[in-house]
Amino acid sequence: MKKFQGKGVYGAVAVGKISLLKKADAEVKRVRVVDTDNEKTRFEQAKTLAIKQLGEIYDKALKEVGEANAAIFEIHQMMLDDEDYNDSINNIIDSQSVNAEYAVAITADNFADMFAAMDDAYMNARAADVRDISNRLINILSGNVSIETGSDEKVIICASDLAPSETVALDKDKVLAFVTAHGSSNSHTAILARNMNIPAIIGVGDEFLNEIKDGDEAIVDGYTGEIFVEPDEETRAKLLEKQRADEEKKQLLQELKGKENVTLDGRKINVYANIGSVGDIGKVLANDAGGIGLFRSEFLYLENSDYPTEEQQFNAYKKVLESMAGKKVIIRTLDIGADKKCDYFNLKPEENPALGYRAIRICLTRPEVFKTQLRALYRASVFGNLGIMFPMITSVSELEKILSICGEVKSELKSQGVEFSDKIELGIMIETPAAAIISDKLAPMVDFFSVGTNDLTQYTLACDRQNPDIEQFVDTHHEAVLRLIEMSAENAHKHGAWIGICGELGADTSLTETFLRMGIDELSVSPTFVLKVRDAVRSIDLSKS
Amino acid sequence: MKTFAYTIKDEVGIHARPAGLLAKKAKEFESVITLEKGGKTAAATKLMAIMSMGVKCGDTVNVTVEGADEEKAAAEMEAFFNENL
Repeated sequence: MKKFQGKGVYGAVAVGKISLLKKADAEVKRVRVVDTDNEKTRFEQAKTLAIKQLGEIYDKALKEVGEANAAIFEIHQMMLDDEDYNDSINNIIDSQSVNAEYAVAITADNFADMFAAMDDAYMNARAADVRDISNRLINILSGNVSIETGSDEKVIICASDLAPSETVALDKDKVLAFVTAHGSSNSHTAILARNMNIPAIIGVGDEFLNEIKDGDEAIVDGYTGEIFVEPDEETRAKLLEKQRADEEKKQLLQELKGKENVTLDGRKINVYANIGSVGDIGKVLANDAGGIGLFRSEFLYLENSDYPTEEQQFNAYKKVLESMAGKKVIIRTLDIGADKKCDYFNLKPEENPALGYRAIRICLTRPEVFKTQLRALYRASVFGNLGIMFPMITSVSELEKILSICGEVKSELKSQGVEFSDKIELGIMIETPAAAIISDKLAPMVDFFSVGTNDLTQYTLACDRQNPDIEQFVDTHHEAVLRLIEMSAENAHKHGAWIGICGELGADTSLTETFLRMGIDELSVSPTFVLKVRDAVRSIDLSKS
Repeated sequence: MKTFAYTIKDEVGIHARPAGLLAKKAKEFESVITLEKGGKTAAATKLMAIMSMGVKCGDTVNVTVEGADEEKAAAEMEAFFNENL
């Protein structure tokens, strides 16, 4: 495998065979002629044909990339007709008694040099236009076919550089990607590639062209600007997956952007995203999620070598709330212990950590840690639409203690004159069988439930999540788990609370309809699954049984 | 002979496309139309020459129109500048 690096100008992934573009180029011979009039006639005829070809390219570009991008080919036609350009060519033929090809080549050099010398990046780039029209003339004069991929299958076009007219003239149905050794991201070729939705990489360098040959297998990653020639199996598999996910996402995004998540019979479902750090917000927005259904606050603790201060936490929460601009953001309080450990918590080793000292159990025995987090959350609440969620609940008395601590925090803030929102929703995770079974008692105390299916499955089926040897016994669709979810949903609705799912099962689209029939109001999934789930929701009709 | 001065308002100056339109327009008249900026001159019918003047936004271009239809040509060229540049 050989890897090359250029600059990606359009993000997408393409896999296929390389076609090295052989331009019928460029070596123009100076030939002395006697009949200069004949050369001038040849030039006139070539020019007429070139203008006609450019007219056809203009029409093609107009359809494929729009009027603004097609205009360049109208300019090319006018350049060919330019008086000075024509005078120069005819003059060279006459005065030097040379062939038309040579006169065009010399004229092209002079005009291109003139543009290249100007104090203006836009005009500098016009040198390429002069060369483009001149090469067209030379190719016509010398009877060359200008571009031929010589293949019926789709190929990755690799070239030293591509003139805009060459880019458009290529049969789009045969092009997988463009890779050029030179070129700028402001060139028309880059712009056209973006408009044609074809991955394109420029500026890979000359050595690239020396090390590849026609028919080489290659993968082009327009996101990273990488080209892999004769890729190994691992790279191939990785990029094929990236391509697949990318195409699926682009298509879904196209379909779903800005649309409501309603079932065919009109029920609205919130599809939110699960994230683990402030850095993931970009992914949430890129996938058009309706909010954040689970923000794991652990990262603040795991990243630090000591307890994060109220101020540190406040800034992180504020940032998320502001970034989501009024969309729902549900932050789960500290869920440390079990598989997630922090040295400064000084947690003792346990025989059975999943059933041990973790999450809300730590918060309720170390209220100073809990209160710091709650103060930061309440203070940040004025910057957006906050929900706070408590993990690992098993009893009413736990929830009573939590709510009483929340009350203390609020009255402290009030007495200090610190503002907080009065619209914060409080909720609990349903991730123990106990919580599901007494959900009728818990529901009146909260605004929402969120089902953590991973832990709920582990505890219900008595199957350790960390033990790969018992994987065959973990039935994620087990009826016991589904019944617990259904029971929780009924009890939530009976007491005016809403219920969501934030575990991995939420992204399992084979269960989406089951969940919606149970009355699940919200599904919160990893950002990459948001579009898939939204698509599933929109195809379900709950009125038909 | 008619003359007028025009200060370019288009952000990108006289780039390829308006230069093309300008040359096309100038060819409609018998009169010889000349552009001048900072000592450089170009016939308004010559696309590449106009482009090579490198006229930018904020530059003032002096336009000279001379010939049988100069009245009409000057008026229409001025209207063209106002509309496109």
